[in-house]
Amino acid sequence: MRTIGRAVLISLVVALVAVQPAPAAETVKIGFITSLSGPAGIIGKHMKDSVELALDHLGRKVGGLDVEMIYGDDQRKPDVGKQLADEMLKKHKVHFVSGIIWSNVMLAVAPAVTSAGTFMIGTNAGPHELAGKMCHELFFTTSWQNDQTPEAMGKYMQDQGLTDVYAMAPNYAAGKDMIQGFKRYFKGKIVGEVYTKLGQQDYQAEISQLRAANPKVVFVFYPGDMGIQFLKQYAQSGLRGQIPLYSVYTVDEITLPAVKEAAAGNWETRYWSPDLKNEANQKYIADFRKKYGYTPTFYGAQSYDGIMLIDSAIRAVKGDLSNKKGMIAAMRKADYRSTRGPYKYNVNHFPIQNFYLLRAVQLPNGELEMQIQKTVFESHKDAYHQECAMKW
Amino acid sequence: MTLFLVLEQGLNGLQFGVMLFLMAAGLTLVFGIMNLVNLAHGSLYMVGAYLATMFVQLTGAFVLAVVLALAGTLLVGVVVELVALRTLYERDHLDQVLATFGLILFFNELIAILWGRAALYSSLPAWLSGHIQVLPGVRYPVYRALVILVGLAVAALLWVVVSRTRLGMLIRAGASNRTMVAALGVNIRLLYTVVFGFGAALAGLAGLMAGPIYAVQPGMGEQILIQVFVVIVIGGIGSIRGALVGSVIVGMVDTLGRAFLKPMLATFLSPSAADTAGPALASMLIYMLMAAVLAFRPQGLFPARGI
Amino acid sequence: MGSPTRVVVLGLGLLLLAGVPPAAAVFNQPFYVDLFRRVMIFAIAALSLDLILGYGGMVSFGHAAYLGVGAYAVGVLMHHGIHNGFVQWTLAVVASTLVALAIGAVSIRTSGVYFIMITLAFTQMLYYLGISVEEYGGDDGMRLATRSQFPGLMDLKNPTVFYYLVLGVLLMFLYIGHRLVNARFGMVIRAAKSNEPRARAIGFSLYRYKLTAFAIAGAMCGVAGALLVNQTEYLTPEFMHWTRSGEIMFMVILGGMGTLVGPIIGAAVFLLLEDVLSAWTVHWQIILGPFLILVVLFAKRGLFGLLPGAASRNG
Repeated sequence: MRTIGRAVLISLVVALVAVQPAPAAETVKIGFITSLSGPAGIIGKHMKDSVELALDHLGRKVGGLDVEMIYGDDQRKPDVGKQLADEMLKKHKVHFVSGIIWSNVMLAVAPAVTSAGTFMIGTNAGPHELAGKMCHELFFTTSWQNDQTPEAMGKYMQDQGLTDVYAMAPNYAAGKDMIQGFKRYFKGKIVGEVYTKLGQQDYQAEISQLRAANPKVVFVFYPGDMGIQFLKQYAQSGLRGQIPLYSVYTVDEITLPAVKEAAAGNWETRYWSPDLKNEANQKYIADFRKKYGYTPTFYGAQSYDGIMLIDSAIRAVKGDLSNKKGMIAAMRKADYRSTRGPYKYNVNHFPIQNFYLLRAVQLPNGELEMQIQKTVFESHKDAYHQECAMKW
Repeated sequence: MTLFLVLEQGLNGLQFGVMLFLMAAGLTLVFGIMNLVNLAHGSLYMVGAYLATMFVQLTGAFVLAVVLALAGTLLVGVVVELVALRTLYERDHLDQVLATFGLILFFNELIAILWGRAALYSSLPAWLSGHIQVLPGVRYPVYRALVILVGLAVAALLWVVVSRTRLGMLIRAGASNRTMVAALGVNIRLLYTVVFGFGAALAGLAGLMAGPIYAVQPGMGEQILIQVFVVIVIGGIGSIRGALVGSVIVGMVDTLGRAFLKPMLATFLSPSAADTAGPALASMLIYMLMAAVLAFRPQGLFPARGI
Repeated sequence: MGSPTRVVVLGLGLLLLAGVPPAAAVFNQPFYVDLFRRVMIFAIAALSLDLILGYGGMVSFGHAAYLGVGAYAVGVLMHHGIHNGFVQWTLAVVASTLVALAIGAVSIRTSGVYFIMITLAFTQMLYYLGISVEEYGGDDGMRLATRSQFPGLMDLKNPTVFYYLVLGVLLMFLYIGHRLVNARFGMVIRAAKSNEPRARAIGFSLYRYKLTAFAIAGAMCGVAGALLVNQTEYLTPEFMHWTRSGEIMFMVILGGMGTLVGPIIGAAVFLLLEDVLSAWTVHWQIILGPFLILVVLFAKRGLFGLLPGAASRNG
């Protein structure tokens, strides 16, 4: 008797659900451009794995629609990225283009995508041009504006009254931007500002110069393998305990396993960390570790958020992908469970978010982990939003 | 800018040069004796670093890992020679450059498949992590001093082998006239395999020494490969003496340039101009040096086919 | 070009290329216009390299430098407000010729591996220079305000118009190349490749001939650079990286050195293969690597060289 009742109840529910006006059974096509081959492929892997996890969490449907993900490998070259974007737009006819690690690839791709009337959802690169003069209603990012992270470090060091800073970065656009962002908030004494060759492996000469300049604090920006090399050599020169090392984009979940104790005690600033306590993030980290067996970096968290943002927008327009104005309005609300917690969008479609001070801490089992120490910026806006002409 | 700083940078330059020499010696040996341009030398360097890192993790003993890594790289080198490179000896340099470039792509991807793309954890054992006081106020890492010693020892070893042993005599004869040596009953194919294996071991040695201080990841060989080519071009292809001189010169020029070019420029340029020009010039310095050397001596400093 | 088979293949190929825009319109696949246009631009670059590599035996690993110089000529002028295509492209040609003369003057004194290394070094120097100059974006690169303007003549923003322009340039360079290598000038270059002491003994000043060929090849590649930057509408020092030179060289080898038409085929196969492979697997380099080796070892004459009618011109 009970079973029949239950069966009837279930059938009723199913019938009700089934006869609801189903959204146009379209498939949403999302292009994702990142670097999958070559040395930077590890970053692309974090991003792709995070996108796949997001799709799993959404039940392989984005906004209730079936989804087709088209991945592209930009090989770190802007012209290849542009070709991929062209292919995604014209051949696959995607509704969204997302991803992109590198600023130069983003600057080549984003304007092409938005001027073709398609959404560009950036999940890492945040060049200031796109935050300022070149802002566009179809461009959203789930990451940050490149300068914000070093700005946070500059503010922290300024507030701490630190002085005699020795700053180092590779000699390319991002390196110079980082130091510039740092100096926007840090007004103390800088005893050295050194730019090294891009891709340089051996920093012994620079470390000798550094030691001779007698700084109290060292601030560096050395992404990827440059960071691994610098961190190891800094520790090996005996400076690790003597002169505290602060950095941005140098010590993260990709480089930590390669340097381990050489980075213990180093400081970083970031908008997110795996140990950030909110429900969405804890679920993301736990499921990611379970599915893939490693801890994701911020590249992954941003990509995960990108898919969730797209999902929220499509849900808001009930699957009507032609309603772009509706999706823009929905995205502007940032009404989804972000791994960084709730945030708002600025006029230029860059997040207004917190930035935290992180420290590389050695756990009892010998592994190293980034842990949040304190909040440096609350609801921080980027420095270029006033140059953006959008108003809403 | 004290005298001691200049001396310390000089020491750094020497050490960097010696690191380059370990790579350059193997490359120039193979080129000089077998007339083979081997871009995959950088891949053998990478193999050495990976094997050493893996063996240290497996055995926990640094010295044992070094020995195993050397043997492993030698083995890989011999296999590569037998399988892929034999056909290239008769070909012109362009073919060799392209074919070995293909080998680079293959090896990078193979390593990425076996170990993943993320950099491996590698570090110095505790007994090599200390410092020695070479000058007042200058604490020099023990490991780097060791690198200098090893490099000089290898140079001495090479000289002894090539000029004082029968093997060395065969090598020099084979470089001079391959056919004649074969006609005299020497197994020239075996000789070439031995020489290549030796060169591979040298690359592996450079790799395993670099492993603890550089990033161990796919593609780590390419970055140093160009600098090594610059060294042997400056020194003269085929000459071990040229490789040693060339690598020390390149090491010194690059290190001192990175350290002192900007302050030097700042004495007569505006600070912001020096800020831009300094690093830019420093990164181009070794190429400019090579162009200058080739302008005056198109065959390098110590040109020789043979040692 | 010789044999009937080869001429037929060339004719068919060109017809195919000319037919891409209408076919793309019929099948509603505008992406292929962009793809094949990119193929043709690299074909021009590869063709220019073939002049000095295939016919002259000069293994220049620095050919990508002229791609960059041409691109920067257009990009820099565009940045300063000069949008006129005639001015920009003339500067591209002039600048790349001058740079080629400068690099060639030093490099051609050397030979063999030294030549390879020094041309590589020069392109690396230009690459680092490009990264350092912040005014033009450094390595972030720079977006082009618009495509080169040819007021009254044609609008490059129209993909089909731009496509046929590139095809026209390709045909023109093919013709120029063909005339050059079969003229006295070309004969001297080919003689130098085949047997340098003999050519010298006959009394030719090889240095001057080689330098001229080098400059012409550089100028042609500069045009390719101007076209490339218009294609991507984005300027980046990546155009000048030595690995780019390697790719162009591979296109020449794959297609067939010393045939002029071969590089076109090589560019098409290489770029299309790369597009297909990278969509298929992340580890596409492990396939491309051995493929490269096999081509060098066994298909030295390249794809075009596999066709009958290959006179043993190149010794």
